[in-house]
Amino acid sequence: MQWETVIGLEVHAQLATNSKIFSGASTAFGSEPNTQACPIDLGMPGVLPVLNQGAVEMAVRFGLAIDADIAGQSVFARKNYFYPDLPKGYQISQYELPVIGQGQLVIELDDGATKTVGITRAHLEEDAGKSLHEDFHGMTGVDLNRAGTPLLEIVSEPDMRSPREAVAYAKKLRTVVRYLGICDGNMQEGSLRVDVNVSVRPAGQAAFGTRAEIKNVNSFRFLEKAIEFEVERQREIIEDGGTVEQETRLYDPDRGETRSMRTKEEANDYRYFPDPDLLPLEVDTSFIERVRAGLPELPDDKKARFVSDYGLPAYDAGVLTAARELADYYEAVVTAAGGEAKLAANWVMSELGGVLNERGLDITESPVAAEDLGGLIRRIEDQTISGKIAKEVFAAMVAGEGSADAIIEARGLKQITDTSAIEAMIDEVLANNPGQVEQYRNGKTKVLGWFVGQVMKASRGKANPDQVNQLLRDRLDG
Amino acid sequence: MHEQTIAEMSRALAAGEVSSVELTRGLLARIERPELAGNSFITVTAEQALAEAEAADRARAAGQAGPLTGVPIAHKDIFCTNDVRTSCGSHMLDRFVAPYDATVVERLRAAGCVMLGKTNMDEFAMGSSNETSWYGPVENPWDRSRVPGGSSGGSAAAVAARLAPGATGTDTGGSIRQPAALCGITGLKPTYGRVSRYGMVAFASSLDQGGPMARTAEDCALLLDGMAGFDPRDSTSIERDVDDCAGALDSYPLAGMRVGRPAEYFGDGMAAEVREAVDAATQQLAELGAEIVDISLPHTELSIPAYYVVAPAEASSNLSRYDGVRFGHRCAEPSDVLDLYERSRAEGFGDEVKRRIMVGTYALSAGYYDAYYLKAQQIRQLISDDFRKAFSDVDLILGPTSPTTAFPLGERADDPVAMYLSDVYTIAANLAGLPALSMPAGFADGLPVGVQLIGDHFSEGRLLAAAHGYQQATDWHRQAPPGID
Amino acid sequence: MSLSTDEVRKIARLARLAVDEEEVTTYARELSSILDLVDRMNAVDTAGVTPMAHPQHATQRLRPDAVTEPDDRDRYQRNAPAVERGLYLVPRVVE
Repeated sequence: MQWETVIGLEVHAQLATNSKIFSGASTAFGSEPNTQACPIDLGMPGVLPVLNQGAVEMAVRFGLAIDADIAGQSVFARKNYFYPDLPKGYQISQYELPVIGQGQLVIELDDGATKTVGITRAHLEEDAGKSLHEDFHGMTGVDLNRAGTPLLEIVSEPDMRSPREAVAYAKKLRTVVRYLGICDGNMQEGSLRVDVNVSVRPAGQAAFGTRAEIKNVNSFRFLEKAIEFEVERQREIIEDGGTVEQETRLYDPDRGETRSMRTKEEANDYRYFPDPDLLPLEVDTSFIERVRAGLPELPDDKKARFVSDYGLPAYDAGVLTAARELADYYEAVVTAAGGEAKLAANWVMSELGGVLNERGLDITESPVAAEDLGGLIRRIEDQTISGKIAKEVFAAMVAGEGSADAIIEARGLKQITDTSAIEAMIDEVLANNPGQVEQYRNGKTKVLGWFVGQVMKASRGKANPDQVNQLLRDRLDG
Repeated sequence: MHEQTIAEMSRALAAGEVSSVELTRGLLARIERPELAGNSFITVTAEQALAEAEAADRARAAGQAGPLTGVPIAHKDIFCTNDVRTSCGSHMLDRFVAPYDATVVERLRAAGCVMLGKTNMDEFAMGSSNETSWYGPVENPWDRSRVPGGSSGGSAAAVAARLAPGATGTDTGGSIRQPAALCGITGLKPTYGRVSRYGMVAFASSLDQGGPMARTAEDCALLLDGMAGFDPRDSTSIERDVDDCAGALDSYPLAGMRVGRPAEYFGDGMAAEVREAVDAATQQLAELGAEIVDISLPHTELSIPAYYVVAPAEASSNLSRYDGVRFGHRCAEPSDVLDLYERSRAEGFGDEVKRRIMVGTYALSAGYYDAYYLKAQQIRQLISDDFRKAFSDVDLILGPTSPTTAFPLGERADDPVAMYLSDVYTIAANLAGLPALSMPAGFADGLPVGVQLIGDHFSEGRLLAAAHGYQQATDWHRQAPPGID
Repeated sequence: MSLSTDEVRKIARLARLAVDEEEVTTYARELSSILDLVDRMNAVDTAGVTPMAHPQHATQRLRPDAVTEPDDRDRYQRNAPAVERGLYLVPRVVE
């Protein structure tokens, strides 16, 4: 039987505010335990929440970026359950009326085609703290620094049909939130957390199969693997005549499998009700327009502009706009290089990309400043150096030896374009290799390449290769 | 000296006839006498009070005194006080010391009030008799075998026994007004959002409101002016200038005021002697020029069932934070987290609190939410609409505060439903968020009877002025319980 | 409305309140009588009535995104029953 996979994602994005969603405590990552938990985050008696405007603006930014309905009025509700890292015994979230309604995201598939994935809703809520299970005499330690950090929970429609599509969606979502500056997108630190709903159904069947929700998928690779495993698991169950249970499963990256999180506890009953400590959130047109005015250029728009303005192939434009910092870097290189857009793209993607990759660096940590890389490209363009010499200069730049001009000067790498100087080298090479000259003149013109190599070698790479080529032909044919 | 009202103390302090230290010493000495205190205080902060009194006297000497500078008062033990235990009448918080002040405490301190201590109350403000307190019941100064009412029973008894000229209280379903009525004092529940809830231990967030308790309307006005106003730390606090209630006491004359008398507040449930006193008060107001208008609040009877869904539902969630992890009672040697929660909470909470948590949990649980919680919110709307209609015609609404006078200790302790039914006249104002006060209006068999005045939103000034007008013409509020010196 | 002892046990578990057998019976009786009181709401037809969640018709005020709370961990933790190295301790949580 042919099976179809149905996938939907619930992504929790930690919003990059300075302070928490309902308190004035800091949201900085990595501080000493409980040093960023104020009485409101600790749920102490009598304290009250007041909503952070920054969190609302970021939610609206996201809403505008996915072309969503933004609710004029939305409501905060309490989700009641007991857990040591949930100080109040309830999480303030949005339930029936979320701030962001229906929207969509366009993703690019492996074959270059695009697909629109629906986003059901996105709502604001507070994060919980963390339980540390290292040994405290057999006890668990609770750190509430993270409690109250604003989260935007982004729920997709069950629109994805393969693990690759799910990964493409998650990657695109990450790109968008990072462009918007609302989330750093760090999956390892948990700034971006992905839960995935997976089900299978016979191809052609309209009704969805029973889904499992998989948690703890903290990289794109694990996302793909977790879905692949889960699809296989469900298919086997059904093919063996069993039924898939609706449940929450945990991905175990060490074993590459998902396992049930089922406990002896009775089914959760969250007893949602509107939080009486908070009033309905109103987002009016002027608020929305103010946020809209501050929106950056979004990845799809930037990519289109890179194709039309810089004449880049769609692939290059896609790579260079995958992160806003990379796109900014690239554009700075183009400016410094005096408009050599395609050459700049090649250098950023292959030479610089290789170095960053090798050293595990982010574009913001590039050892070569965009202006300096642009300066190097300018020297290739004005023929001060050849492309080959440029690689040597670039390596020196990476090693911290200074700007392209300084390195070219210090190492005497300036290209030789003086015709008489090149001719003198050609004459010497021809005089030393009469046999090859003979071959050429007998019609074996392939040796021209060999001669070019010899002349370049004699110039220690500095002669202009085009000139060498032309002058050699003139001499041999003349 | 202890017979003086806040206004009188304020004038005496201003005239240099007495110092705050003298007042404070005198009142602390009374609080120390068990036969006077009747368990109305949970914590007495003598040392701190004297330090504050000295500071108040210095401020006055430096010419920096307001009307409340140096006036000693007590706080209900539901208001968090920095570095002083805040128990909320519960074993759960017996050792809880808040690292912050409630806004009400902060403001009254800034206004120069001296804190004498923290008063007894029903546990987590759940009760109408002060009998659910973990620290034991409070005696009614008028008859020590009877309850003072609740939940602000300690504050009411302390004011009635002249241990403090004024105190703070909170009112979720009548917890300021009913004990004020049963102890023969004046108490005001302001418009919801008038007084900040920050630092006030939450019972039912959409109903809770702090307010003043004192012997006279004038004193309540002085205290309200000191505690009310917008607070950015409370999202439900109203961003609106506070009226000068003390300065407006003569701005709303009773002559010509239209006072509504709802038929539903004068039905069978009320004791005959209470009816007599309320009728007499109505008559007196008419003689003072008020126009008495018969009105109807048709959904009054539904306020009790709606309240006993909304309040427990919110409470069940508000009290989830008491889990034995970050503060509060923790059971001995919990075997696992579930055991930690279940035993800490079962040991830390008393019976009434647990009952309400159970009712609220049930009302919010899957399958019952619509039938209980949503239905109650709809009824709340109907009750609110009743008042809106009424206030298009009248300035104030008058009725009894409590269907009976103070009842004997223990009489209703084993019958929660009977206790709940006694809140019938006070609950509706909380559901609608309206200001309401209770003032002394006579006696029945030697026990005080209170009359309730309910106003439209933000009409505290008018309410207090009306009560002040009545008190200018009567002396019920000047009567002192026997045997308090 | 009459609550069974099983229902009482279920609610007590949801509310994290330990109850012994005697209490279960008492609660079943008391809660049933409270629910009888509450059921009086059904006397009125509320179809079409907008639920009133709050006595105020205002909307949520927003706070500027600024860090205003300093670290005061030691003071906050003075109320805690069990703390070690700045962490609140609870019996081992199994995930």
